[in-house]
Amino acid sequence: MAFADQPKQEILLPVRGSLILLSLTLALVLNLLPLRGAALVFWPDFIALAILYWCISQPQRVGISIAFVMGLLMDVGHASTFGQHGLAYSIMAFAALALHRRLSIFGELKQAPQIGLILLLGQTVILLTGLLDGSHFPGWNFFLASVTGTLLWPLFSSLLKLPQRPRSDSDAR
Amino acid sequence: MAPRFFRHGPSLLSRLVFFVMLSFVLMAVDSRFKYLIEIRQAFSAVVYPLQRLANVPMALYDGVSEFFDSRNLTDENTYLKQQHLLDQGLLQRLHALEAENAQLRTLLDAAQRAEGKAVMAEILHVPRDPFNRKVMLDKGSQSGIQAGQVVVDNAGVVGQITRNFPWASEVTLITDKDHSVPVQVVRNGLRSIVSGSGEDGTLELRYLAANTDIQEGDKLVTSGIDGIYPPGLPVAIVSKIERNSTYVFARVTCTPVAAVAHNRQLLILAPLPPAAEIPAEAFETPPENKKREKIGLR
Repeated sequence: MAFADQPKQEILLPVRGSLILLSLTLALVLNLLPLRGAALVFWPDFIALAILYWCISQPQRVGISIAFVMGLLMDVGHASTFGQHGLAYSIMAFAALALHRRLSIFGELKQAPQIGLILLLGQTVILLTGLLDGSHFPGWNFFLASVTGTLLWPLFSSLLKLPQRPRSDSDAR
Repeated sequence: MAPRFFRHGPSLLSRLVFFVMLSFVLMAVDSRFKYLIEIRQAFSAVVYPLQRLANVPMALYDGVSEFFDSRNLTDENTYLKQQHLLDQGLLQRLHALEAENAQLRTLLDAAQRAEGKAVMAEILHVPRDPFNRKVMLDKGSQSGIQAGQVVVDNAGVVGQITRNFPWASEVTLITDKDHSVPVQVVRNGLRSIVSGSGEDGTLELRYLAANTDIQEGDKLVTSGIDGIYPPGLPVAIVSKIERNSTYVFARVTCTPVAAVAHNRQLLILAPLPPAAEIPAEAFETPPENKKREKIGLR
């Protein structure tokens, strides 16, 4: 059968709005960590990961508008041109929303490469807007953040799934 | 009314188009007209506490490592004591020179150079953005910081405050691609403008003729003719000169004196008093008059 290797579908609890808010806030804090040197090059964009996760699992609650607002916050935090990250996150959210039915068939490991492509798309948008603004090309290691983001995706999405697992009832036996 | 499940709103593509257009408008307005400072301030009220929170682990680590690093502390203490003695000697000479200078200036009837008060600030956040060379400082308009103030470290000029928020301010480093500092070569007094290259640790002197008298190792200090940078602050050292006879201009690369990207504490200098020599009309000409003049010229 074609869907024989499909992962076992889990039944998850309904997501509370506070969890979405908390995860986006934490992602923003992680993006704002004062890093230096090599860590800075490899540090993935956690907001992008969080937005992608929620757009795929909760497409009717998290959409392009939330992605756009997170992008503006990121622009203020990073002192970049206002709207640069807003544009990139909106396009990434659009890609995730358009593909969410297909993506939710796969398990976390098989989602990772596809998520990587969306992350690359977002970084390309940021790169193009930066180049339009008159910057130099920052070097190919600019895209390393997408690679680490891809590698981190399985861990990241299973972490976000943890609070949604139904608690096993001890009386159920 | 339809239940929530059946309500959809505008289609996905139209939402995307709306937000893409909105971002383009914002980017154009922000990079060309600089109108969005109030909106940025509103957003910074949300981001600032998070930036503070993100700084906590680093500050904790620094505190703990300082606590265990007491041997280093005694070394540092003796070094600082020696340095203090040296500085004291220099300072006494400076006092004498300052008094002499003031006397000479009154003799010359020249304007007294105002001594500025400086504010110490700590770097709150170094953005990851590879397209800009900027840092955020933890002092803002609540501490009396204004846009345009000059930021230095112990060695030289680091940058200039370009945006101020209530509790934070944004410094554009001298290495930023959009930043320039009017400078003077110490050796021969040649005036020029040093511009950032957008890369860490390199500055450029643009549009210097190939036969200009400039050498590797020349020190560049602020010339002070802009009325923003106080004169005499070290900025950079000329590190490489390429003279190619096919080009009119020499390619002059400089290295900033200040450790532009490696500081934690920086000093924000007080703004200079407005220069008296600039005539008031220069700023107050209404645009209509200008138009009329242009038409008249035709």
